[in-house]
Amino acid sequence: MLDFERDLDELRSRIAELEAESDLDSASDVLRQLELMQLELEARTADVFSRLTPWQRVQLARHRDRPHTLDFIERMIDGFVELHGDRRHGDDMAVVGGVGSLQGRRVVIVGHQKGRGTRQNVERNFGMAHPEGYRKAIRLFQLAARFGLPVITLLDTPGAGPALEDEERGQSWAIAESMAVMARLETPIVVAVIGEGGSGGALAMGVGDRILMLEHAIYSVASPEAAAAIIWRDSKFAERAAEALGLTSDVLYAADLIDRIVPEPPGGAHRDYDATAENLAAALVDALEELQAVPPADLVTERYAKFRAMSAHMESSPDDAVVDGSSVVPEDRHGL
Amino acid sequence: MHYRPEFEAGLHVCTRCDYHDRLTVGQRLDLLLDDAGSFRELAADVLTSDPLKFSRPSGRYPDRVAKAQESTGRSEAVVCGVGHIQGHEVAVGVMEFGFIAGSMGGAAGERIARLFELAHERRIPLLMVTSSGGARQDEGVFALMQMAKTTAAAARLADAGVPYIALMADPTLAGVTASFAAVADVIIGEPGATIRFAGSRVVQGTLSRRAQADDHTAEWVLRRGMIDAVVPRRDQRRTIGRLIELLAPARVTRRAEIGDTAQTRLG
Repeated sequence: MLDFERDLDELRSRIAELEAESDLDSASDVLRQLELMQLELEARTADVFSRLTPWQRVQLARHRDRPHTLDFIERMIDGFVELHGDRRHGDDMAVVGGVGSLQGRRVVIVGHQKGRGTRQNVERNFGMAHPEGYRKAIRLFQLAARFGLPVITLLDTPGAGPALEDEERGQSWAIAESMAVMARLETPIVVAVIGEGGSGGALAMGVGDRILMLEHAIYSVASPEAAAAIIWRDSKFAERAAEALGLTSDVLYAADLIDRIVPEPPGGAHRDYDATAENLAAALVDALEELQAVPPADLVTERYAKFRAMSAHMESSPDDAVVDGSSVVPEDRHGL
Repeated sequence: MHYRPEFEAGLHVCTRCDYHDRLTVGQRLDLLLDDAGSFRELAADVLTSDPLKFSRPSGRYPDRVAKAQESTGRSEAVVCGVGHIQGHEVAVGVMEFGFIAGSMGGAAGERIARLFELAHERRIPLLMVTSSGGARQDEGVFALMQMAKTTAAAARLADAGVPYIALMADPTLAGVTASFAAVADVIIGEPGATIRFAGSRVVQGTLSRRAQADDHTAEWVLRRGMIDAVVPRRDQRRTIGRLIELLAPARVTRRAEIGDTAQTRLG
């Protein structure tokens, strides 16, 4: 339970209690009161969620109960067959993937997988992929291209595994290789940031033709803690880093770094998995439909052009001072 | 403590302990190119903007950039252009660690992507000398995306069959190691250079334990099969020149040598 959810939750439990006591035969004033409380809950939820700070969005993106990749696969993908292992070293549980159907379309779907509870999280390394996780993803991307299936990736990681064992097995090389393979893959790729889009560990599976982002997901050059450690030399400044990094979906959409924000149900994705999965599935289908007619070679050319245009630079030549993406942060967030 | 006479002339290497001191872009170009004076810089007018209006305790981002420009005499953390190595025309990019830790933001990413595209169009081999803390935090996701952009540009060069050599100098970290640097056809490490994915501050900040600072040198990643060779500074130009001769597509090889090869085959 997050701080800003507490009040809403109290109201929600009062409604539940009253509902349990009442039935269709209850006095009309009781039913009327229930209805009013319901309306109040909706209004207060909308109000709280319209004023979320970047740090609160970070907390939502990391919410203990937030739906993870397998929760989405379970709801969106029919006949999913999970495919394990990188055929080199092992099977990284922090990355899951396989084949199945999305509303009648055959797809390869790959995503970071966080756990719930301590034991699962240890098993899944908190969603921090090892090199073999990215190498499993690469294998599945290539399998997709071989059989003409589009690829869907779901990003949800604090970052790539930074441990000694990850360095030993070439974390940097695995990440770079995955991006290089995606950049040239001759099949449509739709990327969706569903929770934490943590740095290079997320981007390793994030090179695609369309980039979607759940409303309260985050996407960041470094986790707020890591950025705080780099900038303030103390991870305790994470909240300030979150304010400064421009990691929320609205900022990234305004900057043209993502293509579409997928709305979450009132109260956030964790309040209603089914509705969230329905919204995401619809957005994925839209994107796949747009892409299915594009010849594979053109997809690769357009994908290159898309990432090629992502920049924040200017040319100092006096006549044509091109400024890409300058000042994408709303005025009121300046000077943090 | 090092005294100047103990550094080999121009190499900045300690003759007693083989310590390779960090080089500026100018020193690096002097060392690697046949004639640094004939180096033609590319995209020098591509400069950083401040998309997030970023400020940190050590100052506003544009002020820090201005300070870095003043102290290094360079307009960004990477200098790209065309020069010659052992007679071969080569697209060369050199990162300047003195410029905000050699970090890669939009302008650096743009310069690097243009360098890869130039090498592609002209079918000339490419050399990147890396020395960087990774993606530039002050530009947020704009900086992150330079990893994908530069890697995609390198991948296109690979598809075109034009050789790309990376020389990883101290330090090569995070968003630079894990992007265009790691996908080079041949990767050379400079002796003692730190080469790793997670910087020690990040590891300490997120995992709350001390990182093993002595690991992750060029020699360490060589033993784990991640780079091709560790080459001391005095041999680098010769080794890189030789690699270019052996890997370059026919069109970029010197005419005389194509003749020689044909002769050998016929003979």
